[in-house]
Amino acid sequence: MTATVSASAALALGDDALVLSHRLGEWAGHAPVLEEEVALANIALDLLGQARVLLSMAGDEDELAYLREERAFRNLQLVEQPGGDFAHTIARQLYFSTYQHLLYADLAAGDGPFAPLAAKAVKEVAYHRDHAEQWTLRLGDGTDVSHERMRLACAELWRFTGEMFQPVEGLDADWAGMEQAWLESIGAVLGRATLSVPEGPRTGAWSAGAGRQGLHTESFGRMLAEMQHLHRSHPGASW
Amino acid sequence: MATAAAHRTAATSAYGAQDTADTAAYERAFDAAVAADERIEPRDWMPDAYRATLVRQIAQHAHSEIIGMQPEANWITRAPSLRRKAILMAKVQDEAGHGLYLYSAAETLGTGRDELLDKLHSGRQKYSSIFNYPTLTWADVGAIGWLVDGAAITNQVPLCRCSYGPYARAMVRVCKEESFHQRQGYELLLALSKGTPEQHAMAQDAVNRWWWPSLMMFGPPDDESQHSAQSMAWKIKRHSNDELRQRFVDICVPQAESLGLTLPDPDLRWNEERGHHDFGAIDWTEFWEVLKGNGPCNEQRITQRRRAHDEGAWVREAAAAYAAKRSGATGPGGTATGPGGTEGAQA
Repeated sequence: MTATVSASAALALGDDALVLSHRLGEWAGHAPVLEEEVALANIALDLLGQARVLLSMAGDEDELAYLREERAFRNLQLVEQPGGDFAHTIARQLYFSTYQHLLYADLAAGDGPFAPLAAKAVKEVAYHRDHAEQWTLRLGDGTDVSHERMRLACAELWRFTGEMFQPVEGLDADWAGMEQAWLESIGAVLGRATLSVPEGPRTGAWSAGAGRQGLHTESFGRMLAEMQHLHRSHPGASW
Repeated sequence: MATAAAHRTAATSAYGAQDTADTAAYERAFDAAVAADERIEPRDWMPDAYRATLVRQIAQHAHSEIIGMQPEANWITRAPSLRRKAILMAKVQDEAGHGLYLYSAAETLGTGRDELLDKLHSGRQKYSSIFNYPTLTWADVGAIGWLVDGAAITNQVPLCRCSYGPYARAMVRVCKEESFHQRQGYELLLALSKGTPEQHAMAQDAVNRWWWPSLMMFGPPDDESQHSAQSMAWKIKRHSNDELRQRFVDICVPQAESLGLTLPDPDLRWNEERGHHDFGAIDWTEFWEVLKGNGPCNEQRITQRRRAHDEGAWVREAAAAYAAKRSGATGPGGTATGPGGTEGAQA
C-alpha cells in the first residue's frame, strides 16, 4: 500500500462531488415527476457521501466546504453550471457521470489512497451513468421539443468537458485513455439518442476549463454565498 | 379468516347478475370483516362511500407528503454542515417516496395519480394545512421534525391498523421513516438549544411558531369533525382528534423539558385528576382561515407545485413518446420495453 493522500487530489475529487450534489439538491420540490424527485436526491446523496469522505482526507469537511473562498475550490466548471432545465441537468449528469465512472474504475483498480473509496463509489456512479444515459435517450429520441432542448443542452455544456482530462496532481490515472473512452461512450449514447456530437471546442480560453486552478464561472460565487451564509453567520458554532 | 373468505366469495359473485338483491349480503359480509379486524383488500367488495372516504384521505395524505417537501427543501441549499445537509436531503427524499407509496395505495382503489394531482393543482383536494406555514430559520427544520412529524406519527401509527390493507401496509413503512425524522428534528433542536445563545434563541423562536399549528394538525375538536364518526365505524380511523391531540401534548411536555425549551402556552400544566396535561385554548379561527386558503404560504405552495408540474410536462411527454416508439412493435397497449422502463410516462 501506498503513498500519502494528496490534498489537492482529494480536494479536486471532493469538490466535484460536493458542488454537483449541491446543484442537484436545488431540484428538490421542482422535479418533473415524482420518481425523479427520488432519483435526483439519491444521486445527490451519493455524491455528498463521496464528498464527505474525500474532503475529510484533506482536512475538516465543514471548514473546507463552508469557509473556503471561491478561488480555493478545485472543482470542474462543468459541475458548478446552474441547473437550467431538466435537459441541462441530464446533459451535465451524462458528461460528468461518464467521466467519474471511468476515473473511479481506474482508481479502484490501482492501489493508491483513493482505491477503497473509488471501489465503493464506482458502483453508485454506474447507476448515475445509467440514469443519465436512459434520460438522454428519452429526451433525444422523445418529442421534437425534447430533442431540441437536449441538443441545446449538450451543445452548451460541451465546452466544459475538455477540462475533465487535464491530469490532476496526485492522481495516477490514464488520462488520455480515459478521454478516448469517454468520447467513444458519449458519441455512442448521443448517436442512439438521435443526437449529434456537438461540434464546438471542448476547451478554450481559461474561462472554460480552469476550475482545477481555482478559476470559476460567475454563478459559482452566488452558489457559495447561499451554501455558506448560515454557517459563516455563526462563527465557531456547532450544528 | 372464515369471515373474510365469505366476504370475498360475496365479492366475486357480485360480478354476476343479481347484484342489487345481493348488496345487503355483501354489506353484511364487509361489516363482519371490519368488525373482526380483518383487512379489506382491493378486490373485495366495499361500500362506495368507504372507497370514496379512503381515496379522499389517502390522496390528502399523499398530497401532504409532496407539498411538505417544499418548506424543508427550502433549507437544503443552506444547511449549516454537511452532515445536516445529508440528513435533510434524505428526509426530503423520503417524503417523495411516501408520496409514491400513497399514490399507489390510492391507485388500488381505482383512482390514478394523474387524476389526484389534477385535483390538487385545481384546489379540489387538500393537503395538510401545516405546510402553509413558512420555514423562516434553520431551527424550523428541527421544529418540523420534532413537532410536525411527531404529530404526524401520533396520527399515523393507528393507521397501521386501518381496515384497508394497502393503506395500512404503506403506513407501516411510512411510520418507520417518520419516527427517524422525528428523532432527527429533536436532535437538531437539542444541538441548537445547547449551542450559542443565538442558536438557542433560534430554536425557541421556531418552537413558539410551530407549537400551535402542530396541535391543529389533529383536526377540529371532536364535536366539529365532519368525517370522524363514520371513519371510526369503518376502522379507517381508530381514535378521535381530541384523544390524539391529548396524547401528543402529553408526549411533548417532557421532551420540551429535556430540550431546555419552553412550550408557548401559559395554561399548560399537569392535571393529576385526569392523568393528562391541561392546555390552553386553540385559536380555531386561525385554523379555518388557513384551511380556506388564507395562510401565509397557501398560494406559494400550490403555485410552486403547479409550476414544477407544468414545466415538467415536456419531460413526461418525451418519456411517453419514447416508450411508445420502443413498444411500437407490440402495438398500442403493449408493454413498453424501452430501457429504463416507463416510469416517466406515468405522471
